[in-house]
Amino acid sequence: MTSADFLLMVRGPAFHLATAIFIFGILWRILEILSLGQPREHAAVRALGISGGFRTIVRRFVPAPGVFKRSMFIILAGYLFHAGFLISLFLFDPHILLFKETLGISWPGLPAPLINVSTLLGIFAMIALLINRLTHPVLKFLSGLEDYLSWTVTFLPLVTGYIAFQHLLQPYPLALALHILSIELLMIVLPFTKLMHTLTFLIARWTTGSRAAQRGIEV
Amino acid sequence: MSTATFERGYSALKEQIDTSIASYLQSCVHCGMCADACLFYTETGNPKYTPIYKLGPLKKVWEQEYTLLGRLKVKWGWSKPLTDADLAEWKEYVYDSCTMCGRCSMVCPVGNDLVYMIRKTREGLAAAGHAPEGLIGATTRAVKIGSPMGVKWPAVLAQIKHVEKSTGLQIPVDQANVDYLVLMSSMEVMNFPEYMEAIAKIMKSVGKTWTISSEAFEATNSGIQIGASDIAKEIVSRIVNAAEKLQVKTVISPECGHAYMAIRWEGPNLIGRPFKFKVQHILEILDDLRDQGKLKVDGTLEEARLTFHDPCQIARRGGVLQQPRNLLKMVAKNFVEMEDHGQMNWCCGGGGGVSAIEESHELRTTVFKRKKSQLDALKVEKLVTACANCRIIMEEGMEAYQMEMPMVGLTEMLAEHLPETT
Repeated sequence: MTSADFLLMVRGPAFHLATAIFIFGILWRILEILSLGQPREHAAVRALGISGGFRTIVRRFVPAPGVFKRSMFIILAGYLFHAGFLISLFLFDPHILLFKETLGISWPGLPAPLINVSTLLGIFAMIALLINRLTHPVLKFLSGLEDYLSWTVTFLPLVTGYIAFQHLLQPYPLALALHILSIELLMIVLPFTKLMHTLTFLIARWTTGSRAAQRGIEV
Repeated sequence: MSTATFERGYSALKEQIDTSIASYLQSCVHCGMCADACLFYTETGNPKYTPIYKLGPLKKVWEQEYTLLGRLKVKWGWSKPLTDADLAEWKEYVYDSCTMCGRCSMVCPVGNDLVYMIRKTREGLAAAGHAPEGLIGATTRAVKIGSPMGVKWPAVLAQIKHVEKSTGLQIPVDQANVDYLVLMSSMEVMNFPEYMEAIAKIMKSVGKTWTISSEAFEATNSGIQIGASDIAKEIVSRIVNAAEKLQVKTVISPECGHAYMAIRWEGPNLIGRPFKFKVQHILEILDDLRDQGKLKVDGTLEEARLTFHDPCQIARRGGVLQQPRNLLKMVAKNFVEMEDHGQMNWCCGGGGGVSAIEESHELRTTVFKRKKSQLDALKVEKLVTACANCRIIMEEGMEAYQMEMPMVGLTEMLAEHLPETT
């Protein structure tokens, strides 16, 4: 198999398979969660919970007073990694082109040198987070296979993307194929690991926020 | 309580899991921020006290029962199913080292309400027979005698007589159609009769009618602390029955944190229907009366530099945050706030039934260092709070660290500043 054949394979059947697992996996997992239902609230509430839930979705992007000081590293590194990853994923022109081809929608991207920076930011933040996970007493204690697997499948697209972008591996079709393959791996793993938080955090924040809002508390 | 077995515990855990819990367990990324918010971790450095770790049994049941992959993992032998030994081991994490203060729920970046899950996990441990002895004793007394401390009506009556003598005011008992049914915690009956005195004086001053019920004087609910909803329902039903029988408009929850949670928020859900009466915390009542211009003070102000300790279940979990501040401003000249206060206040270390757990005593004293450092930083001369349990725990802590600081309940402090009656 030449690198061109390999690229065709990962772009074609492999991509379709990964997409199918990704979509059906997510739908299945969301259904598993939503089908459980919520108990009815009989207490006399101070306010309706619906809008409070949405306010918490927004509010939790900013740490509560005093929290930043205590958890500074994880908040900063966490934000940098998420920003680096999401900017590189959604604002790189070739990625936008792919979204346009598959979803039919597009938006303006950032100049390539800035994507270069965001990718490096994501990579370095992730390395820092991994070192922290391996050394911090709490994280070392809590972490298991799923945590390291999730880290790996999130890290690979950043690194392979950077390698392909900088032409650090030849031939180029091979570098590109490896990058696409790493994304497919991420898509397959995401629905069945903690990476599902990318979607379920909305349900988590909303339910917490609405319950608190009913009691007159903004969390 | 029927006989405790692992099977009962397992199915109790299974029954607890709802959409919010599934989304919480699915969303946790193991960032560890909940540890930084928990005084049991910050004061000991023991990673086993990380709040999300305390939910291990619940997470396992969720995976095994409600996720496809989890079911397959157990079937294929990739993961070990939950065992009775797991539940026994988790007693230390779910009870001894968690006051259900809910501070962790404030910081989780994905929005997990961790303490909501702790409360549910306790249902499983209690049903499996792994609740601490101290809480089992308190719950048994609450069911059989009517109070977790074993206080019976004659003891309350004796305090009533004592208060009537010291105030010269009559304490109404079992009177129908009054404005308020006043509840107390056993701790208030036995250790802080000042509360009953204060209520008598305030009610006279504001011209409201009230009563104590001989059938339901106890506000606390051990069923909630131990995690046994059937018992919690039975205990809360006593209050509901008494309030409906006496046809009161409002039931006043006393200066006790979890009592407020039990009757104000969990109560209607436990009995499965809304109440026919209102439930308010005493601080809400007093602040409403202040707002209506009925609660007046004599104008003298406390000179001491003082601060307010927010009881977790009243403030962070109960939503009574501004009221104590409004009330304090009426009577205190030098009121200062702790660095973390209101919704972000640190627990006294003895809530959620921990004060009744013998094995936690040493740990409780260790984690009191958090409150100590908050108080030390402020250099206050007096501490005001609104929970008899917080008060006892903090008195114990102060004694252990040789701190000299008078402590007072806010209701009692207000009663000391009522205008002279003619």
